[in-house]
Amino acid sequence: MALFYRPAHELGRLLRERKISAVELAETVFKRIDAVDERVRAYLLLQREEALSRARAVDGALAAGEVLPPLAGIPVALKDNLCTRGVETTCASRILKGFVPPYDATVVESLEKQGAVFTGKTNMDEFAMGSSTENSGYFPTANPWDLERVPGGSSGGSAAAVAAGEAVLALGSDTGGSIRQPAAFCGVVGLKPTYGLVSRYGLVAFASSLDQIGPFSRDVRDCALLLNAVAGHDPKDSTSVPREVPDYTESLVTDIKGFRVGVPREYTGEGIAPEVRDVFNGVIEVLTRLGATVEETSLPHTKYALPTYYLIAPAEASSNLARYDGVEYGLRVPAEDVVAMYKKTRSQGFGAEVKRRIMLGTYALSAGYYDAYYLKALKVRALIKRDFDAAFERFDVLLSPTTPTPAFKIGEKVADPLSMYLSDICTLAVNLAGLPGLSIPGGFAGSLPVGVQLIGPPFGEERLLRAAYAFEQETGFTAKRPGL
Amino acid sequence: MITQKDVEHVALLARLELNEEEKRVYTKQLANILEHASVLNELDTADVPPLAHVLPLQNVFREDKAGGHLEAETVLEHAPSREDRHFRVPRLV
Repeated sequence: MALFYRPAHELGRLLRERKISAVELAETVFKRIDAVDERVRAYLLLQREEALSRARAVDGALAAGEVLPPLAGIPVALKDNLCTRGVETTCASRILKGFVPPYDATVVESLEKQGAVFTGKTNMDEFAMGSSTENSGYFPTANPWDLERVPGGSSGGSAAAVAAGEAVLALGSDTGGSIRQPAAFCGVVGLKPTYGLVSRYGLVAFASSLDQIGPFSRDVRDCALLLNAVAGHDPKDSTSVPREVPDYTESLVTDIKGFRVGVPREYTGEGIAPEVRDVFNGVIEVLTRLGATVEETSLPHTKYALPTYYLIAPAEASSNLARYDGVEYGLRVPAEDVVAMYKKTRSQGFGAEVKRRIMLGTYALSAGYYDAYYLKALKVRALIKRDFDAAFERFDVLLSPTTPTPAFKIGEKVADPLSMYLSDICTLAVNLAGLPGLSIPGGFAGSLPVGVQLIGPPFGEERLLRAAYAFEQETGFTAKRPGL
Repeated sequence: MITQKDVEHVALLARLELNEEEKRVYTKQLANILEHASVLNELDTADVPPLAHVLPLQNVFREDKAGGHLEAETVLEHAPSREDRHFRVPRLV
């Protein structure tokens, strides 16, 4: 298999055995980017020179006999809502064009300490709002398995980069499914960690009580390695949990005998495409063969998750995005008075989906509607969480399709926001409850990958990785690559 | 039911300037989404405490000591318009 398509743990071994150099690896990945990114368009910005200089430093350290962390020399792409000191960070929005943060996100700092080589900033739906990366303020990204289809969103650039061999690993962010849904569409592994496990410091906020940064990788071991690198308490984020973080690679065992897997019937009913259902049934067969007990269960408030999410997330977004007013940074459209300046700046700087959500959130929070919409949604959120609490008294993990369909065509859902929102229907309750969710390739529908989602109790990442690893070792779906 | 007048009011609150076409589209789309949300009224939540946050979070305190911070000059570098050590904006009153 081509070097750019190999997983990080293999490349790390080759680096440490000095069979390849970090510079050679970085050059291979940039050559790949040159060859395919014109078609995939995963990146908003490349950090070619910086990457090569970092790779040279890694090679120097290896030559000096230093023992380096597992991700040293590994090319990693970053979603463009992660602040990077000295490197433009736009959230794929016109309003932040030219913004160069004076600080690094904590996850970026952590990866830097590991010696990771940053390839560049990946495309996304503007301010992480969307399910297809068509809402980017710059250009849409294509799905490496079928260039006429979307890569999913909002971390579509990160997912596509890993799937296409344009990065070995990537970070994304997930507010309602924005890591798991593109991971499913692009046939890679994507994890939304438990809320509070990974610091959000330096992540441009969308909906603060839902957002979480997480890894994209080619296989489950890489997912554990990247999670190891970014998980842990950060005093700079008041929602970061002070808690001992395990070595997640120790969860990678193939024995899942006696594992109790619950399948919520609400996630497998109406709206799930037949080809997704077939793949899903195949996954259940494999897990059963491996000794897990798979049983149907119910999360009765599931049908309320979408409306709950689409009140809470925009409400938080309307508040978070109030800071883009043209005063301190970013775009300013001059006007006679200050209110006109705010209005012109925001109207020209934000795209249609962002404006729609600001409008919705402002409405839900406004006088006279707060109780009826926002407060009501927070109460239903509590009921949704209780469903999960009850389920995890009986099951180790829950299993569902990640998305109701495989990747859809570019342009297919743009005009109808509700139908676009439905592509996150299996993932967003997990954010409302703050739980970890892992999407892995579960099989294929024709030439398109189909993802399955494992959901765990709070801080249950280890059991998700264990079940995913056992499934991966049995099936080998994560070893497939698009013929790009 | 959300009206175009509501949309204009919300746009003012959100500091967004919408053209006629946007007003028309958002009125329709917001009405659709809010209608979809009305399904929540099926649930009796009188005795359910709202869940703003999934973690049992408490305020985080630290020692009252000066820490690392960005230099004023670094922050002002990004200002679309500045004067000395200030952000410059159009006249307020």
